[in-house]
Amino acid sequence: MSGHEQFADDLALHALGVLSGDERLALEKHLQECASCRRELESLRGDMALMAMSTMGPRPPARSRQRLLDAAKREPRHVEAKATRPWWLPLSWLATGALALILIYVSLQNAGLRRQVADMQRDAAGQQLELQHAREIVATLTASDAMRVTLVAAKTPPQPQGKAIYVRDRSSLIFLASNMPAIPAEKIYELWLIPITGAPIPAGLFKPDAHGSATVINPPLPANVEAKAFAITVEPEAGSTTPTMPIVMVGAGE
Amino acid sequence: MRQGDENALAQLYDRYSPLVYSVALRVLGDTGAAEDLLQEVFMQLWRNPGLFDSSRGSLGSWLAVISRNRAIDMLRKRRPETDVSDVIVAVERDLAGEADRNRIMERVRGLLGGMPSNQRAALEMAYFEGLSHSEISAKTGEPLGTIKTRIRTGLLALRKAFET
Repeated sequence: MSGHEQFADDLALHALGVLSGDERLALEKHLQECASCRRELESLRGDMALMAMSTMGPRPPARSRQRLLDAAKREPRHVEAKATRPWWLPLSWLATGALALILIYVSLQNAGLRRQVADMQRDAAGQQLELQHAREIVATLTASDAMRVTLVAAKTPPQPQGKAIYVRDRSSLIFLASNMPAIPAEKIYELWLIPITGAPIPAGLFKPDAHGSATVINPPLPANVEAKAFAITVEPEAGSTTPTMPIVMVGAGE
Repeated sequence: MRQGDENALAQLYDRYSPLVYSVALRVLGDTGAAEDLLQEVFMQLWRNPGLFDSSRGSLGSWLAVISRNRAIDMLRKRRPETDVSDVIVAVERDLAGEADRNRIMERVRGLLGGMPSNQRAALEMAYFEGLSHSEISAKTGEPLGTIKTRIRTGLLALRKAFET
C-alpha cells in the first residue's frame, strides 16, 4: 500500500460499496493498474466478513430449509434417464459423475487461470504506462532540439554546470551539462564516478553541442558502487581509463 | 454441491445459513425479507456453484460479504452493482465450525464494544445501513475526511486483532 495512501480510505468505502461519483471512478481506474490496491481491497472484504460475524445469533426458521430444498428439487441440475435400466447403467452414472467432476475441476481451474491472466494483463498494462512515462522522460532529456535553460542569479555570467543523478542499486546514471566551454576536436570531456574507496571509474564521454549542452544516459558502470563524488576531465578523443589532471568540474553528493 | 447433490446443498445450508440469515436480518430488520435473501443466496449458489472460486478465499467469508452486500442493495432498493463472482474475499478463516464462529463473534463484538463510540457508529452506519461518508457526515456533522478515516481504521482494527 505504500505510495497509494491517497486511495487508502476510499478503498475501504469501495469495499463497503458506498463510494460513488468521481472518487469511485478515480479509484476504479487506479485499481486496474495497481495489483497491491486490488489485494488490499480483497483483504478489506475479509475484514467485512469479520464485521458480519458480530451479528451472529438469530437462526432462520425451520421452514426456510425445506423451502430451499423444495426449490432446489424444482430446479434439478441433472436430468435423469427414465427409460430402460440396463445392468450397466450404474456404471455409466459413475462414469458420468466422474466426468462431471473432472469438468467441474477443469472449469474451476480455468476460472482461476482466467483471473490470474486478467490480473497479469492489468499489471502489464500498468507497467506499459510506467514504461511509456519513462520513455517520455528520457526522450525529453535527450532530444537534440530540446531547449535547455539553466537559471542562475540575475546578472551572473553563465557558468558551466553539470547535474548527475545516480541510483546505486540500479547502477543508473543520468548526467546533464550546460554552458560547457567548447572543446578542441581531438579532445573530449570524460565523466568520472569517484567511489568511496578505490580509483575513479569512467562514467561516459561527451562533447557539448553549440549551446554548451550535453547529456550522458546510463553509461556502463560496475554494479552497486557507492559514489562519493562525480568529476569531469578533458581527455583524448577516445577517452581514458584514468583521469588526466586537472579536474575541470567536480561535485559531491547532496 | 457441484454434482447437483441436494444433500450437499442441505449441508451447506446447515453450516452457513445462520451467518447469512443473521447479517441479512441485522441489515433489513425484517424476518421475511431476511428469509427471502437467504433463499436467494443459496439458490444462486445451487444454480451456479462456479460463482465461488475456492482458490481465492473461504466460502463462509464470501457468503458473509455477498449476503451483506445484497442486503444493502435490498435496503436501498437498488439493483446489485457488482457481479458476485467478482467479489474476492482474501481471508483463510472458513467460518465453517460453530465453535470457531462463536469464538470469532465474541471477539469481534468485544472489539466493536471497545472502539470509541463515534468510530463504531461511523463503521456500523456504513456497514449495516450502507450509508456513504457524505451521508454519515451530514448525519453527525463531522468532517468527511474524519468519517472516511474512521471507517477504514475501524475495519483495520478488526483485521489486526485476528493477525497472529
